[in-house]
Amino acid sequence: MKLTFSNEDERFREEIASWLESNLSGEFAHLRFRGGPGDEHAFPEDRKRWEQHLAAGGWTCIGWPESAGGRGASIEQQVIFAEEYARAGAPGRVGHIGEGLAGPTIVEFGTQEQKDKYLPGIRNGTDLWCQGYSEPSAGSDLANIRTRAVRDEASGRWAITGQKVWTSLAHESDWCFVLARTNPESRAHHGLGFFLVNMHQPGVTVQPIEQMTGTSEFNEVFFDEALAEDIVGEPGDGWRIAMTLLGFERGVSTLGQQMQFQNELNDIVKAARANGAAWEPTIRQRIAEAHIGLRLMRYNAMRMLSADSQESGASSLVYKLHWSSWHRNLGALAMDVLGPEAELLAHPPYELTRLQALYLFSRADTIYGGTNQIQRNIIAERGLGMPKETKGR
Amino acid sequence: MEFSYTDEQRMIRETAEAFFLDVSSPQAVRQAMGQARSYDPELWQRLCNELGFQAMIIPESCGGLGLGFVELAIVLEQMGRRLTCSPFFATVGLATNALLLMASEEQQQRLLPAIAAGELTATLAWTGEEVGRAGGRWDESAVSVKVAPCQGGYTLSGRLRYVIDGDTADLLVVAARAAGSEGRDGVSVFAIPAETPGISRTWTPTLDQTRRLADIQLDKVFVEADQLLGKEGEAWSEFSKALALGKCALAAEQLGVARQALDLAVDYTLEREQFGRAIASYQSIKHKAADMLLKTEVACSAVYYAACVASEVLSKEGDAAIASELHEAAAMAKAQCSDTVFFNAGTALQLFGGVGFTSEYDIQLYFKRAKASEHYLGNGAWQREQIASLLIDGGGLS
Repeated sequence: MKLTFSNEDERFREEIASWLESNLSGEFAHLRFRGGPGDEHAFPEDRKRWEQHLAAGGWTCIGWPESAGGRGASIEQQVIFAEEYARAGAPGRVGHIGEGLAGPTIVEFGTQEQKDKYLPGIRNGTDLWCQGYSEPSAGSDLANIRTRAVRDEASGRWAITGQKVWTSLAHESDWCFVLARTNPESRAHHGLGFFLVNMHQPGVTVQPIEQMTGTSEFNEVFFDEALAEDIVGEPGDGWRIAMTLLGFERGVSTLGQQMQFQNELNDIVKAARANGAAWEPTIRQRIAEAHIGLRLMRYNAMRMLSADSQESGASSLVYKLHWSSWHRNLGALAMDVLGPEAELLAHPPYELTRLQALYLFSRADTIYGGTNQIQRNIIAERGLGMPKETKGR
Repeated sequence: MEFSYTDEQRMIRETAEAFFLDVSSPQAVRQAMGQARSYDPELWQRLCNELGFQAMIIPESCGGLGLGFVELAIVLEQMGRRLTCSPFFATVGLATNALLLMASEEQQQRLLPAIAAGELTATLAWTGEEVGRAGGRWDESAVSVKVAPCQGGYTLSGRLRYVIDGDTADLLVVAARAAGSEGRDGVSVFAIPAETPGISRTWTPTLDQTRRLADIQLDKVFVEADQLLGKEGEAWSEFSKALALGKCALAAEQLGVARQALDLAVDYTLEREQFGRAIASYQSIKHKAADMLLKTEVACSAVYYAACVASEVLSKEGDAAIASELHEAAAMAKAQCSDTVFFNAGTALQLFGGVGFTSEYDIQLYFKRAKASEHYLGNGAWQREQIASLLIDGGGLS
């Protein structure tokens, strides 16, 4: 059992750290620490250019196999990349859905023709992707999808009609992968297809959702007989592909995310020292609790990433519930440290301070990607072998 | 990334798991609880002779196995799962760690081979009445036995409280302070045979009957100069590391207690039917169990981490940077595991419903051990204040 990365991995760390240090300058200097969760509306055009700059340096899609144009980097190196990327304050990636979700799905399930058509644009940072899963009536019950895909027998093409919701970055994206029902008679996870849809066509309408933060990271996307460019796999394979896709992430971004959390915690401790809250016993307890939770999140991630550990199964099951709850508590702590000052906005009409944004955005963490309640069901069922609840309908 | 057990460590776990399942059944635990020593000497000898767990962290040069703290943590976790009644925690988790850190080569050669052979049990005796102040103060202010130099050695007087296995241990590692000293100054530590004249020991019956506590009265106890461990009057810094190692050991044991409380509860809810189905199928029950597993997993990560750090502390060629995290790692592990063990035991007790309240069911034994182990060496709130002090005041954790 070891706490440290290998020497080879540490050399990789130095390589990426020094590349970021010298490249996050000049025209990109203002992007440092911008565009992360809750700040995704910041400098979209500049961040697209940064994505392409990153690609030119060979730093996009590093975890993809070399045959797909990646570096075939190990899980450890991908983790280190994400950690150093966050440590350097490099901006929120506009290409992460393509790199982390769409690309690996096409690599795994796509035809050679599809790979040739879609992977280069993702790798070069020129094609941005979004994810079309959730719908107004398909939230926690994701399989309850109503968006339809109808095949035109003459042209062989699929037309998509329906509504998606909570689609991050839809307004910046060129492509969307869409889960839609190919068999109108089907129910739940049967009869779904996995479609690749060009966002730049008349049948696609993107409507930003104004959030309680006053900003709009999420969108509604309406498809009105929008033509799908391709289907991945066969009609009916959609659910299997979508579920496999959820496993691709495999904790690669965890240490990078933790680096952002550490910055937030540091800000809170700084504020607490400045106004004296740091010497209030209850605040001290909560700061220490936050510190412990974050440190242990790192070791949770390391256990999860340690291959073929018999114990790693449960650690990955609980990971999301842990970080989301921790982050939500951190948001509340930030406000309680500031006290009455927590009320004061950065600017009118409704521009939030960094800690206010943390307070509000962290409420989304316990909802998206499987609510805490769904997570607990999964933990109890898969981790402890407790029976599933009887379903309705 | 190799933050998981090696094959050898996995084997140790399987061996320990099977052994304690066999010898530390609920019946065996209940029987030991009623005995004069609170443990079964025959079981202790089997543990020593057949498995040699007591010799794990003792170097080979002193008759031990020369293994690391990760291996020790593995064994302690399995003992925690079965609430094994044994002098193991006090002898190995507390006293042996102190001897490894503080005793001279010559002192180690005198004491450790007997521990490694299973012929000597030991404990740390360091807390005076003051430890109970304000709900528990587990730092230098708890040291109150007075020591004064005299011809050929030292004289110790005072009262020690809450000493684990204090009435049965063969060897006492005693912390004392010079008259008029305060705080971290003036603290000395001695290795004293329990039969030394002037020592009287009294068992103090406890809520958790699986582990024994004692009061020890020292009345002008004479100790020879070569029983002093480390430097006279300047021992706190090293002794506090021994206490930190004790926290790591206790955290590992708590992890086992917490895990078993969860497992017992899940098994029961799968069996128990109400409203026509197993209560384990209700979300209100599942979500409680999920919260227990979440806490257990985080506690497990804390124990792995702390055990890795502790291994570096004990190893002569240990990584100094990692070893320097000892106080923080120990406080984090003890905080997380203390909170987890109480949460799990308390939640499990609730999930058992009425039968959990009976003496017949075992979950009550876990509930009692949980609170006892939470308090010893400081509960979660105490550990968090140590962390806060490090983070905010930069005071250091020693």
